[in-house]
Amino acid sequence: MSNISVSAGNGKNRAVGAKGDVVLQVEDLNVSFPTEDGLVHAVRGVSYELRRGQSLGIVGESGSGKSVTSMAVMGLLPKTAQITGSAKFEGEELLGLGDPELSKIRGKKISMIFQDPLTSLNPVYTVGYQLAEAIRVHYPDVNKAEARKRCIDLLDSVGIPNPQQRVDAYPHELSGGMRQRVVIAIAMANNPDVIIADEPTTALDVTVQAQVLEALEKAREEVNAALILITHDLGVIAGHTDEVLVMYAGRPVEQGSVDEIFYEPRMPYTLGLIGSLPRMDEDRGHRLTPVHGTPPSMLNLPPGCPFRPRCPMSQDICAEVEPALLPINGSGHVAACHFQEQLEGKAPDDVFAADATDLSVEAEIEASEAEAVVNTEEDDK
Amino acid sequence: MNAMLDTPQNAAEPVIAGRNLVKEFPVRSKGILRRKVGAVHAVSGVSLDIGATETLALVGESGCGKSTTARLMMNLIPPTSGEVLYDGRDLTKLSRNQMRPMRRDIQLVFQDPMASLDPRMTVFEIIAEPLRVHGLFKNGGRARVNSLIEIVGLNPEHRNRYPHEFSGGQRQRIGIARALALQPRVLMLDEPVSALDVSIQAGVINLLEDLQDELGLSYLFVSHDLSVVRHIADKVAVMYLGKIVEEGTTDQLFAGPAHPYTQALMSAIPLPDPRKERTRERIVLQGDVPSPSNPPSGCRFRTRCPLFKELGANEQSKCIEVEPLLHSDHDGLTRAACHYAKKKQLV
Repeated sequence: MSNISVSAGNGKNRAVGAKGDVVLQVEDLNVSFPTEDGLVHAVRGVSYELRRGQSLGIVGESGSGKSVTSMAVMGLLPKTAQITGSAKFEGEELLGLGDPELSKIRGKKISMIFQDPLTSLNPVYTVGYQLAEAIRVHYPDVNKAEARKRCIDLLDSVGIPNPQQRVDAYPHELSGGMRQRVVIAIAMANNPDVIIADEPTTALDVTVQAQVLEALEKAREEVNAALILITHDLGVIAGHTDEVLVMYAGRPVEQGSVDEIFYEPRMPYTLGLIGSLPRMDEDRGHRLTPVHGTPPSMLNLPPGCPFRPRCPMSQDICAEVEPALLPINGSGHVAACHFQEQLEGKAPDDVFAADATDLSVEAEIEASEAEAVVNTEEDDK
Repeated sequence: MNAMLDTPQNAAEPVIAGRNLVKEFPVRSKGILRRKVGAVHAVSGVSLDIGATETLALVGESGCGKSTTARLMMNLIPPTSGEVLYDGRDLTKLSRNQMRPMRRDIQLVFQDPMASLDPRMTVFEIIAEPLRVHGLFKNGGRARVNSLIEIVGLNPEHRNRYPHEFSGGQRQRIGIARALALQPRVLMLDEPVSALDVSIQAGVINLLEDLQDELGLSYLFVSHDLSVVRHIADKVAVMYLGKIVEEGTTDQLFAGPAHPYTQALMSAIPLPDPRKERTRERIVLQGDVPSPSNPPSGCRFRTRCPLFKELGANEQSKCIEVEPLLHSDHDGLTRAACHYAKKKQLV
């Protein structure tokens, strides 16, 4: 296997910090997008700390704001997006930096892996060219031969067979799994401190997913990078992260170690997600407990807890006060629920019913959304 | 609906069965002549039996021919060879006119509900369309559509809305209601939940289970996700490159898969359980699925098989030369198409 930290002498004398220093610190991040219908508040106060070598999983359903959070950190959102809060990389504020400054960090200190490798690779250049570009843009004094040698090493280290030949292949000549491994190779080309992987395996088959996740883990170990793994697949989260952040309607609703989230969830939504998952290690007789209804529209979010209309435990206070992230036992496990104490030791079937549909939930969601629309219309007047 | 319940509840007598189905798609040359220069062997000799009120799951990765098999079983595409037996008749021999009334009994639900619902039709019209096509709408069609909307757990007041006004899970319910409109006996479900978010997916799975109990339906459930399959299926057939490599009841298969591909597939599915996930045995396959236009000789899985690499040269030559057939004389409980099948407990 190759040793990626040698070769080209491209500034690899940077001391690799000890495991445990904070590399990325996000505090009270808020992102809104102005639309014709009003302001869409996509991310509402996300805070987390990422330490070197640590892996953080961000779970949530589509539209929960999990991707927007990391796009904001990387400065990849459109100019119209309104971003407040703070995101510090090794103490340096990233929000508000201009494109030239950010370009020095992107791909070198923080790199990103997207869901669909076919759209993140350029179809008219060979993969070797694109890999070399990633290196030479940050280290212009690396000559072409050195860069090519390092490309081959990188392709080898992510498990691509015959890297000497593949380096001259175009993206369309590779299979989906291979393309995603090329993207991972590009992401690790400059020994980044943080790798953000946004649904890296969603478009892939399961056996290929296993290969790609293995390549990602190996890449991460070699460069001792921290990982942010964004996915909707709780199985992937269980196997590849240390800390988990559960997002719902743009907010973190629960955060803790992976064991705390899976074995002692304290937020009904987390419990509902776990209960609605069909499991391969469970008998056929077991009935799933779906979370009825749909996530709220981010346009007119009603006051109170955003999960309330779908929550079987909701009470009057939930409609009035949105719960803050409350500490549970001092270990850093936090959950945003007024009744998190009542959830201690509860299984998903204790809280959610195992029926196929519940029209009352949908009716309630509709009513609350209609109410919110009326409220904003009144505000406009 | 009673007509469906009259079917004998006898597992020995399949409702619908495929026999040695083969489907090859021609690969044509460029230019004007478009001569046939090869063939994609999408399905190569698949036999399936689906009993009354039974769910047979067809599992495999993309490109293994599972959706093509489902379409062959419905006679939506003509097979290269083989037959589909339904009601004592071979569907592949029927003319279009003879096939038309049979189509009522076998219906299809697609993966992507947004792409399979006409955006310019209301929900009512979408569900009424099959009834109109078969000339059944005049006879109490309106009430039938309303009851279908209720059966699948939608609000009948929403019958005049358009598909874009519904969420993904609700749209899939509309697709299911449309498939149920003609009181079918068999539903072909082609990845019905893989486009949905987890919390919504569970509701659709529960609905499918309830409908099967209430209406006595038989399902062919096409999926790539073994955890969903374990949950919903009675029998499982695992496909690789156009062939069934292992089949058995769900309990047998999950208790001890014997084919190396099934074992790899099972170990690749992540478990939502951190402690188990850390201690699990992992079999990671190398390489990619070979091209179905030029499948490997003998055992089609041998190019990626972890077992094949450990075998001696004599044993390997058997894998290369002799095609393994489904057999059950190994220590496992399933029927596996591997010369050296060996049971392995994975979950």
